[in-house]
Amino acid sequence: MDLELSQRQVEFRDEIRTWLTEHHPGRIASMDTPDGFEAHREWEKVLFDAGWSVPAWPVAYGGRDCDLIEWLIYEEEYWLSGVPGRVSANGVSLLAPTIFNFGSRQQQDHFLPKMASGEHIWAQGWSEPEAGSDLAGIKTKAIRDGDDFVLNGQKTWCSRGAYADWIFCIVRTDPDAERHRGLTYLLVPADSPGLERRPINRLDGEPSFAELFFDDCRVSADHVLGEEGQGWGVAMAAAGSERGLSLRSPGRFMAAAERLTELARSIRADGSIDVRLRDEVVDAWIRAQAYRWQTYQLAAGLMGGDEIGSEASLGKVFWSELDVELHATALRLLGDRAEIVDDNDWLDGYLFALSGPIYAGTNEIQRNIIAERVLGLPRRG
Amino acid sequence: MRFEFTDEHDMFRNTVRDLFADRCPPDAVRASWETTDARVPDLWGALAEIGVLAALAPEEAGGLGMDEVAFVRILEEVGYAAVPEPLMEHAFVAIPALAEARSDALDSAIAGSTTITIDIDGSGTVASAAIADAIVTRVDDGLAFTTQYDTTALTTIDQSRRLAAVKGGVTVGLDGADAALAYDRAVLGAAAQCIGIARRLLDATVAYVGDRQQFGKPVGSYQAVKHHLADVRIAVEFAAPLVYRAAWSVAHPETHEPLARARDVSMAKAQASDAVDLAARKALQCHGAIGYTFEYDLQLWLKRAWALSAAYGDARRHRDRVATAIGLA
Repeated sequence: MDLELSQRQVEFRDEIRTWLTEHHPGRIASMDTPDGFEAHREWEKVLFDAGWSVPAWPVAYGGRDCDLIEWLIYEEEYWLSGVPGRVSANGVSLLAPTIFNFGSRQQQDHFLPKMASGEHIWAQGWSEPEAGSDLAGIKTKAIRDGDDFVLNGQKTWCSRGAYADWIFCIVRTDPDAERHRGLTYLLVPADSPGLERRPINRLDGEPSFAELFFDDCRVSADHVLGEEGQGWGVAMAAAGSERGLSLRSPGRFMAAAERLTELARSIRADGSIDVRLRDEVVDAWIRAQAYRWQTYQLAAGLMGGDEIGSEASLGKVFWSELDVELHATALRLLGDRAEIVDDNDWLDGYLFALSGPIYAGTNEIQRNIIAERVLGLPRRG
Repeated sequence: MRFEFTDEHDMFRNTVRDLFADRCPPDAVRASWETTDARVPDLWGALAEIGVLAALAPEEAGGLGMDEVAFVRILEEVGYAAVPEPLMEHAFVAIPALAEARSDALDSAIAGSTTITIDIDGSGTVASAAIADAIVTRVDDGLAFTTQYDTTALTTIDQSRRLAAVKGGVTVGLDGADAALAYDRAVLGAAAQCIGIARRLLDATVAYVGDRQQFGKPVGSYQAVKHHLADVRIAVEFAAPLVYRAAWSVAHPETHEPLARARDVSMAKAQASDAVDLAARKALQCHGAIGYTFEYDLQLWLKRAWALSAAYGDARRHRDRVATAIGLA
């Protein structure tokens, strides 16, 4: 047990902290608007050029070969600094681990550097109108024709789907197979002929996600990730990443909790705080710390060879519900000013946080997983 | 940064776990309710024998020189087994205080020939006071050692953890002992026990709902029950690391000044109290009527949960301490 940063880790922290301070681009438009999306892509390039877009990746693909602890430190500093969010997050957090695990050398060499630099921004095409929590109900067909697959069907709730360059999809390549069988993980260029994208306005009015309509859309068979027909297993490896620490690391919530305490201090002229609201603020702050230390313990296990399985669901429920409550507390602190949209990051944050218990597998599904696979309770009879 | 227990930590914990499984099963906890002293026969001597009582005393004083990180896992086992003895008070708080003060009382405490409890806030309401030989008491800004006091028993809901009102006695100052540190140790020790109690409540309930059938199926196959227990598992998952982290802070005063230590200890108790409260509520609900009976063993852990969730400060009080530490007036 050693809960202090080593000299090397302190130097690493200071290096990223200094770099972020010196390169902070200021406030840029929401990544869910056309201009904001491109501004966020440029920020990805700035990070990439300095080697800070994907520090945990190998140097050959634009990373720094950071270990898990250094990556957690990087994330803490990143979010604390208040620089823009990551438009590349879907690709880096959800797809990249799958490419590292299942991709051919050619796919790795082609896709990873472009993902790291922001040249390719990725969106996820998994959900369908009839396949949400029950993802194995996927119906979008991809039928082999020569060197291509021909896609027909519909995807929905495709985050970043309105502007992304590429989409990572799960499609049914064996129409006679059912449920988890006969699925294939396919990488689809967003400008493919026969693919129509219709933006869906989110709760906040921004066209953040999209519906995708495939009408005889041809995609090269070279873009299959892993083996044809093995898409479920390939995808589930990424589902672990999605729920786990890679998508929403503790640093994000520690930073939000710090900002919440600052808001609490500033809300009354004399710095005093309503005692019940103060209790909520402190509870959020403590829970962010709890997520932090649980993650450092998890990281030690992973570095020692443990694998993260169903336990990832514990974190997903915890951080997504912390995020909602943290922002709800902020809105209560703002009181009757909370409804004013202009320059209200807390309201934006609240609306975004509300999606957390829904995406990446609803929290009801996560609790089923915890009950059945972590606690060993009987499956549904 | 390496948040990982050593093999030595695990071995020590396993030894104590085995001892409790053997010497302090639920029948022994229940039997302690019926005795005049609420003790488990021969357990104190066995704890002395395997070095648990002496764990935190310095090696030069005849102790094992272990640190708090190792010992909080022992205290989790105390909670898990609902051990009736004042082990936390004696070994985790009193002995380090006696060692700091170079007290003559240290040797007999390490040997287990005496039992010492604590009155960490000077309130006069003291756990296990009637069976203890002495009390480490908060007096003004320091600590004192009180013997030959009078006790009036207070009937507590958990009769394997008895309180008494203490009066009088002979008091000697413990110069050199750190009262604020002793308080934080007691808070941390209670938090660690809360984690163990919560784990036991969860394990017992998972076993019960997997077995109990209604409508032709185990009740644990229904989502409403599953989600209750998933929530308990989550609460424990995110409280335990704060207990270990606080133990590290207490063990490393060179990098954790008192305010940081208090913050870390109070974070641990706030989360652990909330976790064990939730565990108790959900365990009872998922057991249904059988859990509401005196005869069924679940009540032993429910009552310990209620007692230790509030003892040495409840969640709300510790969030107040954290508020001060992070600059929220």
